Amino acid sequence: MAGSGKAHLRDEALLRVEDLTVEFPIGRDRAVKAVSGISFDIAKGETLGLVGESGCGKSTTGRAILQLPAPTSGQVILDGTDLTSLEGPEMRKHRTNLQMIFQDPISSLNPRRAVGEVVAEPLNVWGPHDEDEQWKLVSEQLEAVGIDPDVARNKYPHEFSGGQCQRISIARALVMDPQLIICDEPVSALDVSVQAQILNMLKDLKDRYGLTLVFIAHDLAVVKNISDRVAVMYLGKMCEVSESNELYANPAHPYTRLLLESIPLPDPTADLDTTLQSEVELPSPLDPPSGCRFRTRCPFADEICEREEPQMRRVSGDHYVACHHPLIEPTETNVGLE
Amino acid sequence: MASNDLLTVQHLSTTFETPAGSVKAVDDVSLSLKAGSTMGLVGESGSGKTVLSRSIMRLITAGGATTTGSVLYRGEELLTKSSKEMQALWGAEMAMVFQDPMTSLNPVVRIGRQMIEHVQHHLGLSKADAVDAAVSLLRSAQIPEAEARLQAYPHELSGGMRQRVCIAIALACGPNMLFADEPTTALDVTVQHQILNLLAEQQRERNMTMILVTHDLGVVAGRTDEIAVMYAGRIVEKAPTDTLFASMRHPYTEALLRAIPKIDDPKQTKLSAIIGRPPDLINPPSGCAFSPRCPYVQPKCREEAPTLTPGESAGHEFACWNPVGSPEAEQAWQQNLEGGLLQTLAAAGKATATEEGATPVPVAANEAAQ
Repeated sequence: MAGSGKAHLRDEALLRVEDLTVEFPIGRDRAVKAVSGISFDIAKGETLGLVGESGCGKSTTGRAILQLPAPTSGQVILDGTDLTSLEGPEMRKHRTNLQMIFQDPISSLNPRRAVGEVVAEPLNVWGPHDEDEQWKLVSEQLEAVGIDPDVARNKYPHEFSGGQCQRISIARALVMDPQLIICDEPVSALDVSVQAQILNMLKDLKDRYGLTLVFIAHDLAVVKNISDRVAVMYLGKMCEVSESNELYANPAHPYTRLLLESIPLPDPTADLDTTLQSEVELPSPLDPPSGCRFRTRCPFADEICEREEPQMRRVSGDHYVACHHPLIEPTETNVGLE
Repeated sequence: MASNDLLTVQHLSTTFETPAGSVKAVDDVSLSLKAGSTMGLVGESGSGKTVLSRSIMRLITAGGATTTGSVLYRGEELLTKSSKEMQALWGAEMAMVFQDPMTSLNPVVRIGRQMIEHVQHHLGLSKADAVDAAVSLLRSAQIPEAEARLQAYPHELSGGMRQRVCIAIALACGPNMLFADEPTTALDVTVQHQILNLLAEQQRERNMTMILVTHDLGVVAGRTDEIAVMYAGRIVEKAPTDTLFASMRHPYTEALLRAIPKIDDPKQTKLSAIIGRPPDLINPPSGCAFSPRCPYVQPKCREEAPTLTPGESAGHEFACWNPVGSPEAEQAWQQNLEGGLLQTLAAAGKATATEEGATPVPVAANEAAQ
């Protein structure tokens, strides 16, 4: 959407995010609205893909779930507990249920610590503190990600390739047995051959441990490959949420279609649309357009888009769009939870 | 080689001396380009695609690097030219657009000065004419409010706009040959589309010859006449674009294409990953460099490196003993599968590929999948 609304939220979810807003102050009385009032949810065992161009707020959203930094307003409800209401030690305790995997696998591991220590670090804080018990857990996780624990234990991160470091980061995230893992562009820095290995492994781990993942990426093909459900973001707002196959087959938001049509296909016979898009730049998040934020680049924009912010409406089944002129007509209008 | 070739590269090798040993980053590469055509250079990181394009332009500045072979540009040998002679060619005859538009512009100099200086130096224009030229260049790169942008610093522009400025600078002196080294890797997919359109349009208008270096087979598919796939410093397959995608013969090309997630595949599709990782160029594997990862590998592959040989269709060359689709390859595949070779099991989806090798899928899971 470049809009708001909660029609797409489900009754049962592991994580429920409502009206999440994250602002960063920049000088006197001014703030960048990185995320402005988005709502989404994730069911247990589901992978939610978050896509959008750089600057759309997808990484900020991922971090706000962990309260790093805490959102300006809104609620983040994990398994019935509103994380935004927690403080200090309470928050720290709940954070063990959430883990994060970052884009740059090499800089996210401490270069001065051996791999065995890196993966055991969360256990040093939360226990078990017994070394043998720790090693049992650590070696189990290293094995699960395809790293030989006995070989890796005393080696340092620089002795591993980027793909292997990313596996070690994943083992470190798994060792706390978290309820939710946030993956922020985990394969963007890897070569395609290694990327395929990591994506397959994440799918295997998900089946094996029933992991719930938020998968943030800018590559739409990668997101489709890994996600059960996909949410498209634009300039701090949510455009469209749907089950993945449905979203890619029948995009309802003009922005989703623009993203899909921009993907270069590895097929020389595919039509290449050289006239595709307006050459308009992403507007500044300091001063976003009124109404629908996508209207400055949208071919269908008219006066209602300037005046009114679109609300989430259901297109079909589990497919929701926030647009005044969707490519598929919604079946019902504005069945919000408000 | 035909006389209408703009660029002819023969037996080009570039070696770097490092404390750990010498690295053959480019190993005996030959190629030729007709005027006005586009070649895509594809490979993973470390395959030598960037070093190859820089070696052709004589832009390798690292100490301890030696380049041998021959690079003929319009019939003139470039490798023996002095650096002064090369300077006259850079910009005016051949130019390069780099991957990272953030670092290829000077951050403390306004866009205008960076462009005007360049045009004045190479074309000998007066200041006023150079300003006009800069404005029209920015316009042709589809930068809105071109006059105002001359006063901007690079940090005031978005990544896409900066790459447009870099393209405008590269095209300023009307080069005949453009090297685009991963020009869109740092950009969003929508901006990538715009930049690739811009490059194609400028190439058409100026009848420029282009080498497009990328790791993304999708980027080169619709926008090149010919593709060269590199692995471990060598070209392993070269063909007209349509031929390559219709009938690829090298197992690496096939594996590379299969490893890419496709937008048309249903969600949660298991990707066909390649086991292992790109080879260490200080101690390259004996025989064919791809043999430790290749599902069709045979004893001969580990002993003797194949050379680039012509295939059935015109312009198609590949370096493989058991090319994809041949009876030898089918036989090799069956044999490896029965012998339980991990890389073949992984390619067939019966084992999980990792960088160390592969772990066989547990029997129960394997049966469930079938």
